[in-house]
Amino acid sequence: MNWIKNFVRPKIRNILGTKKDVPDNMWVKCPETGQMVFYRDVEANHFVIPDSGCHLRMPPDARLKHMFDNKDYTLIEFPNVIDDPLKFRDQRRYSDRLKDARLKNEQDDAIRAAVGIMGGTEVVIAVQDFAFMGGSLGMAAGDAIITSMREAAKRKCPYILLVASGGARMQEGILSLMQLPRTTVAVQELRAAGAPYIVVLTNPTTGGVTASYAMLGDIHIAEPGALIGFAGQRVIEQTIGEKLPVGFQRAEYLQDHGMVDMVVQRRDMPMMVSRLIRFITGAPALAEPPQEDTPETAEVPSDPETPANADAGEPAQG
Amino acid sequence: MKTYLEFENQIADLEGKIAELKALAKDDDSMSIDEEVEQLERKADKSLADIYGKLDAWQKTQVARHPERPHCVDYINALITEFTPMAGDRKFAEDHAIIGGMGRFQGDPVMVIGQEKGADTESRLRRNFGMARPEGYRKAVRLMELAECFGLPVLTFVDTAGAYPGVGAEERGQAEAIARSTDCCLGLGVPLIATIIGEGGSGGAVAIATANSVLMLEHSIYSVISPEGAASILWRDPSKARDAATAMKITAQDLNSLGIIDRIIEEPVGGAHRAAEQVFEATGSAIAEALLPLKHQTAEELQRQRREKFLKIGHNL
Repeated sequence: MNWIKNFVRPKIRNILGTKKDVPDNMWVKCPETGQMVFYRDVEANHFVIPDSGCHLRMPPDARLKHMFDNKDYTLIEFPNVIDDPLKFRDQRRYSDRLKDARLKNEQDDAIRAAVGIMGGTEVVIAVQDFAFMGGSLGMAAGDAIITSMREAAKRKCPYILLVASGGARMQEGILSLMQLPRTTVAVQELRAAGAPYIVVLTNPTTGGVTASYAMLGDIHIAEPGALIGFAGQRVIEQTIGEKLPVGFQRAEYLQDHGMVDMVVQRRDMPMMVSRLIRFITGAPALAEPPQEDTPETAEVPSDPETPANADAGEPAQG
Repeated sequence: MKTYLEFENQIADLEGKIAELKALAKDDDSMSIDEEVEQLERKADKSLADIYGKLDAWQKTQVARHPERPHCVDYINALITEFTPMAGDRKFAEDHAIIGGMGRFQGDPVMVIGQEKGADTESRLRRNFGMARPEGYRKAVRLMELAECFGLPVLTFVDTAGAYPGVGAEERGQAEAIARSTDCCLGLGVPLIATIIGEGGSGGAVAIATANSVLMLEHSIYSVISPEGAASILWRDPSKARDAATAMKITAQDLNSLGIIDRIIEEPVGGAHRAAEQVFEATGSAIAEALLPLKHQTAEELQRQRREKFLKIGHNL
């Protein structure tokens, strides 16, 4: 049954070129409160549960549309890398896992990147998609990050990376580990070109990814509640033999410990990122927030201390 | 007391017998055991050569972690004169898991940085079993920058199961510290030679192993995750560590053919712990040879060579 469901059906769907418009699940359960919410409401609210404010995983296309002005962007093409360099097999063949992930996600690997305008400025935005094998970092993702960073370096424009990853892709062994220094080289190229690099850490960002490009940004922003950390919580618990502190490795905890500059609600992300970019590039302030399609369900920010909300909505000067 | 690994039983038996015979002969002068001992020794040598001639990835993992395997301090004692340890990251603390300091390699001043696992219970605890905290990596950055400032080549010795997974380490930015250290390695304007002497455990190793030349001892391992970790995550069965070790290609031989490392340093029959002096000599000459062509390169050439070397990885498979 699995074979039919996972392999034959998507293949047929691919051949027929039909895409499913209606999600399998019309209802979404809030992971925090357990509340059942209509999928369309969540989608309309940038995949944030309206009542609890819980930030769910956001599909990469929706993410790019959310960030770019007028939802308009041009995807960057990535070079081909060889699949399954180690001919790896655990309980299943890695090549099969990869095939499944590609069919399921309708994309080659975990990174999607595009050039476009954001808040009136040209930018390159890359999204790491957790749905694709846990957003894991292998050769393809590594090269995609390098290629998109080089695109920004070439254009001398800001580079924004929305990270979500479980870490290195173990099925590529040492070649996945080598993406740590490789992507770091690309960060250095951004720096040399004077292109600002903004990292947006989303849920979850863990493992090797944090030990390279995800922690080397000029500015680090995190989404509320995002799990961000190097070592896994279970590993730490086993090592120290104690319960972990409340909120450990969450975005707010990282902010308290000085690892991220700010925690920003997803709906405010385009506004905040464009504002920062305009500071850095010396562009004048925008009169209006760049995105006007904020859904009506969005609440008025209640916590005045959250930097994202500090002066949201106020007319900018200049 | 010598430690034998599980696949060395035959050698343990033979060497045990030899020791017994020698002990007997000591008490009894009339006994002539020379011939028998010689025979047994020949047998033990042959069996050792057989076993070590075809170690699999999991056996190599055990050799790489052998408690008697020479560690960073041993290499420093053997290869560096006037070694002068330097402490602290100037931000938070001194981390004893990472040794750093200046000294002389073949007469020339160098900066040495390496992970130290410790050799007995007390030193292992003090060294945190070679698992560094953010302070350790920040100290490494400080020392690399110091070396660059005064034109000293940097020699690193890599031997860690990985960076320490602890609450404090996470709070103080373990990931950021590792990332900055790798960043520093890549931007360094002086030669950087890394030698993987035991375990090269994931990001914690990369942080000081992103070098112009990466040397690796014959029975060392270098991996994205420990075989046990991979087994429990991918196979959902920790007992599959042997399969994981093999599948992940973690041996010096595998990594050499994948173009990850630059050179394998041969170990004596039976592993580095059986003839440490030989290993130190081989390592010393390998480092000297790797250093020679880099000595007269400009800072820009060294940076470019290092960056291009890593960017190329995976593209010539």
